[in-house]
Amino acid sequence: MKNSMLKSNSNSRLGAVSIPAEIILHVIIAVFSLVCVVPFIFCIIISFTSKESITNIGFSFIPQSWSLDGYNYVFDMGRQLWISYFNSIFVSVAGTLLSIAVCILYSYALYRRDFKYRRFFTLFAVFTMMFTGGLAPTYQVSKNMLGLSDNYWALIIPLLVNPFNLIIMRTFFQSSVSDSLIEAATIDGSGEYNTLMKIVIPISKPGIATIALLTILAYWNDWFSALLYIGDNNFYPLQFLLWQMQSQVDFLAANSGKGLETVVDVATLPTQSLRMAIVVLIVIPIACAYPFFQRYVVAGLTVGSVKG
Amino acid sequence: MIQNTMNSSGVATEKTTVPNRRGFQRHKKTIILLSMVLPGAIWLLLLRYLPMFGIVMAFQNFEFYYDNPTLFNNIIHSSWVGLQNFAFLFATSECWQMLLNTIGYNLVFIILGTIISVAFAIMMSELTQKTLMKAYQTMMFFPFFLSWVVASYFLYAFLAPDDGLLVHLFKNLEITQLGWYNDTRPWPYLIVFAHMWKNVGYTVVLYMAAIVGIDASQYEAARIDGASKWKQIRYVTLPHLTTLIVVLLIINVGKIFNSDFGLFFTVPMDSGSLIPVTQVVDTYVYRALLSTGDIGMSTAAGLFQSAVGFALVLITNAIVRKVDPDSAMF
Repeated sequence: MKNSMLKSNSNSRLGAVSIPAEIILHVIIAVFSLVCVVPFIFCIIISFTSKESITNIGFSFIPQSWSLDGYNYVFDMGRQLWISYFNSIFVSVAGTLLSIAVCILYSYALYRRDFKYRRFFTLFAVFTMMFTGGLAPTYQVSKNMLGLSDNYWALIIPLLVNPFNLIIMRTFFQSSVSDSLIEAATIDGSGEYNTLMKIVIPISKPGIATIALLTILAYWNDWFSALLYIGDNNFYPLQFLLWQMQSQVDFLAANSGKGLETVVDVATLPTQSLRMAIVVLIVIPIACAYPFFQRYVVAGLTVGSVKG
Repeated sequence: MIQNTMNSSGVATEKTTVPNRRGFQRHKKTIILLSMVLPGAIWLLLLRYLPMFGIVMAFQNFEFYYDNPTLFNNIIHSSWVGLQNFAFLFATSECWQMLLNTIGYNLVFIILGTIISVAFAIMMSELTQKTLMKAYQTMMFFPFFLSWVVASYFLYAFLAPDDGLLVHLFKNLEITQLGWYNDTRPWPYLIVFAHMWKNVGYTVVLYMAAIVGIDASQYEAARIDGASKWKQIRYVTLPHLTTLIVVLLIINVGKIFNSDFGLFFTVPMDSGSLIPVTQVVDTYVYRALLSTGDIGMSTAAGLFQSAVGFALVLITNAIVRKVDPDSAMF
C-alpha cells in the first residue's frame, strides 16, 4: 500500500515544492544522512591507517599511508578475537532460535480467543514491561540462584523473552490468521500443535521474520549481559571484547594464546587501528545484511511502536 | 462453536449424545495451550517475578551470610533497616544530581526528538525523487541497528586523546583543550547529539508511515482552495500527525525516570570525571551494585525508579486511552 501511494505521487511536480526549495531540502536531509553513516566509514579508514600516520597526523579521512597492520594483528595473534567471534555467532543463532520458539508458542496462545487464561497470561507478560525488580535483585537472582555466570546461558537467558515481542507477535497473528481458519482446522481434526506448525507459522512468516531479525540484532549487539555475568574471557562476545579494549589496550596481546614467552611490545602494537578493525568486523555483518532486513524491521516497528 | 452446531446437525447431535467427551476436549485444549505458554511463563516467573521479591533488599543492611551464601540465606540473615537506605540515598547530593540528569536529558530528548523527527519526516515526504528519499531513509536508520559500544568508538574516532580528528583539528588551530573525556562542558551536547544520531532515523520511520497514510485527495482539495505548501503542512499534515505525536510524547513522559544505559555508560567511555554530567539512575544503580558493592542502596534506587515509573506509566496510559484508545497499552 505504501509503495502504490508513493508511486501515484512520483514523476509529477504537481503540488510539489518549488525546485530551489527542494534543493535546500535535499541538502539538509543529505547532510544528516551522511552524519549517520560517515563515522562508520571513518572507522573503516582508521582501521587501514598505518601507525606512523596516526602518530603524525592523528585519525584522518586522508591518511599519509595505509597499512593492514590492524587486521594482520587480529588474524595472526587474536585467538581471543576468534573465540569472541564464535561466541557472538553461536549466542546470536542459538539465542534467536530458542527465543523465537518461546515467543511463537506464548503469543499463539495469547492470540487464541478461546484460551481460557488468555487475559491472565497477557497481563502476566505486560506487567513485567511496567514494573521490574530492578537491576540489583535481577542480578542477584540470575547469578546466585539461576547460575548465570561464566557460561553461554548467561548470554542467552537474559534476552530470551521480550514482552514487547510477545505482544507484537500476537498482533501479527491477529492481523494475518483468521479465527475461522483455526476453527476449520480443528473441525478437520488437526491438533493444536499441528495447526500451529502447518497452518499458522507458514502464514505468519513475515511477522516471524521481523521478530527473528530484531532478536538476532539484540543478541549480536548485546554487551550488557556480558558486563554483568561474564568474567572469563573464553565467553566474551565481540561487543564486550571491544568494550574491554577501551581500558585494556593490550588485551589481545595478553590473551593471544601464544603464551607468556612471546613478549609483545605494547609500544609497537597498532592499538588504534586494531580497535577500529574490531569495530569494522562487528559492523560489517550488520551493514551487509541491513539493506535486506530493513523493510521487515520497518514493518515490525510500525506495528509495535505504539501498540507496545 | 455455536455457529458450528447450528450449521451442521451432525455436530449438534454429537454434542447432545456425548457431552462428557466435548467437555474433555475443551479441557484438553486448555491444557495444550497452557503447555504452549509454559516456557515463556517460566522465564517471566524466574527472571522477572522472582527478582521482585528481592526488593526486600532495599529495606535491609544487605550482608553476605558466609556459612552458606545463597541469596535466600543472605536475605534471611541480613538485618532490617526500614527506610534507612532511602534516607541515605536522598541525603546524598549525587542522588539529586542523577535525578536531575535523568529528567533533564529525557525532557530534551522528548522535545528536541519530536521536533527534529517530525520536521525530517515532513521534509522527506516532500521530496519528489523517491529513490533518493529511500536512500536517505536507509542511511538515517542505520545507527539504530548498532550497539552503543560501537557508537562510542565512532565518537572516539573524533575525540580520542592525541589522535582524535577534532583533537588534531583544535591543536592545529591552537585552541587549548582539556581532553574531551575529562572535560564535562561539551558532554551535555554530545549526549543529546548521540541520542538523536541513533534514534531519529527510527522515529522518522514512524512519522513517515503516518504521513504516507494521509489521503492524497485532502492535499488536492487544499491546493484547489489555494493553500500554500506551508498551509497544507499546517492544516493537513500536522493535524494528522497530532495523535501520534501526543501518544509518543505521553509514552516517553511515562519513561522519564528510565534511561538508555549504554548511552550514558559507554559513550563517555565510563569516564569518572564525566560522572557529574553523565550519571543517571541506571548508571548509578549499576555502579552502586558492581563498583562500590552497595547492594542495599542500588536496590533502593532501582525500586524508586521502578515504582515512580510504574505510577507514571499507569497515569500516562490512562491519558493515552483518552486521546487514542487504539494506542493504549492496556
